[in-house]
Amino acid sequence: MKPPAFDYLRAETVGEVLDGLAQQGGDARVLAGGQSLMAMLNMRLAKPKLLIDIMRIPELRKIERKTDAVVIGAGVRQADLLAWPDLAEALPLVALALPCVGHMQTRSRGTICGSLAHADPSAEMPLALVALGGEVLLRSARRRRRVAAKDFFAGMMLTARSDDELIEGISLPVINGSRFAFREVARRHGDFAIVACAATKTPSGVRLAVGGVADVPTARDWPRLEGSAVDDALNAFAYELGARDDVHATARYRRDLVRMIGRDLIGEVLR
Amino acid sequence: MSRFKSDARHPIHVSLNGEPVAGEAEPRTLLSDFLRHRLGATGTHVGCEHGVCGACTVVVDGMLTRSCLTLAAQVDGCEIRTVEGLAPAADRLGVLQQAFRRHHALQCGFCTAGILMSLDHYLARNPAPTEAEIRDLLSGHLCRCTGYTPIIQAALEAAAQLASSKKETSDA
Repeated sequence: MKPPAFDYLRAETVGEVLDGLAQQGGDARVLAGGQSLMAMLNMRLAKPKLLIDIMRIPELRKIERKTDAVVIGAGVRQADLLAWPDLAEALPLVALALPCVGHMQTRSRGTICGSLAHADPSAEMPLALVALGGEVLLRSARRRRRVAAKDFFAGMMLTARSDDELIEGISLPVINGSRFAFREVARRHGDFAIVACAATKTPSGVRLAVGGVADVPTARDWPRLEGSAVDDALNAFAYELGARDDVHATARYRRDLVRMIGRDLIGEVLR
Repeated sequence: MSRFKSDARHPIHVSLNGEPVAGEAEPRTLLSDFLRHRLGATGTHVGCEHGVCGACTVVVDGMLTRSCLTLAAQVDGCEIRTVEGLAPAADRLGVLQQAFRRHHALQCGFCTAGILMSLDHYLARNPAPTEAEIRDLLSGHLCRCTGYTPIIQAALEAAAQLASSKKETSDA
């Protein structure tokens, strides 16, 4: 189908975006790479009165390496981050997960922050944000705030962003001396994951984050687990995620994947 | 800042396969429809219209782009390459197109324009691809006729041919 009618605003500064959002509120949507929003418009699942294009604002197109974090601006495309020379060293988990986001033909336009704003429960970037314990940098005409990953995702395709706020960027911590693993199961490479898992070695043990099962990507920390304690912990976690049957997979299959992939990844990072 | 009203048409200027062209578009006009209806470039096909099938894939400023997930307003001032720009002359086919023909890499041809754009873009940057890389690239396209095997064969043959012709030129 074709999108419904809307006004289109090509912003050249962040101030113009914030003014537009302040005036139109819930009737305005921010357009970045368009790989989720344009599909929603074409299917008329979204009917905004105003689209604010942020891709001609140079200051949002930056990837900034700070001492202990990487700040990724709202205009950074997935392909830009994949091509960033420091990616594997600074953000190894993202380097593993990002090639699974969509296809080459969508990563070329889609943005990192756009994927987070869309908040699909099986998407890889929200999972990586939660697994790493990153922050979302929100800004409105009135204020700036930082929201922790676990508080940002409020439900299936719902976030803590207010109608007048722009996701200006995200901050992902650079974690030295850890180990990371990522794996997902999808019908075809590039499809939305049936289950996606990311594991991190933490100072006290291990963290496993799971996408595609609960309404939001969910992380769980455990102290160092031995032997059958791993299976018990994963089994309990798999049930707590509240998997449901749908056209892609049964709840039971999803729990199986959490147990199996979880065990493999925990083994990899604690090896 | 420029604001385009929803109920009006606005001039959009682009470079289409190297030629400067212009047309009018409403804010909601998709690039796919702008190319076909305003600019008459009907080589780009519209399949699913929500970014899944890949038939409408074009290249915008060097980026592979689903033209159905892009507004005409977004590409004002951009360079666009479509399937019409692949052949070296009106009565000749490019190397990739010839390989598609030899290998029967198309049947109905509806998906072909998008696949050619993806492959042309990819082979220019990755002159020696593996079969796995071609398969990964093709995961962004749906073809219901061929089963993909002849497309992969055509792509690999075209890559080898392009690589050897480049070598000859540079040796000369």
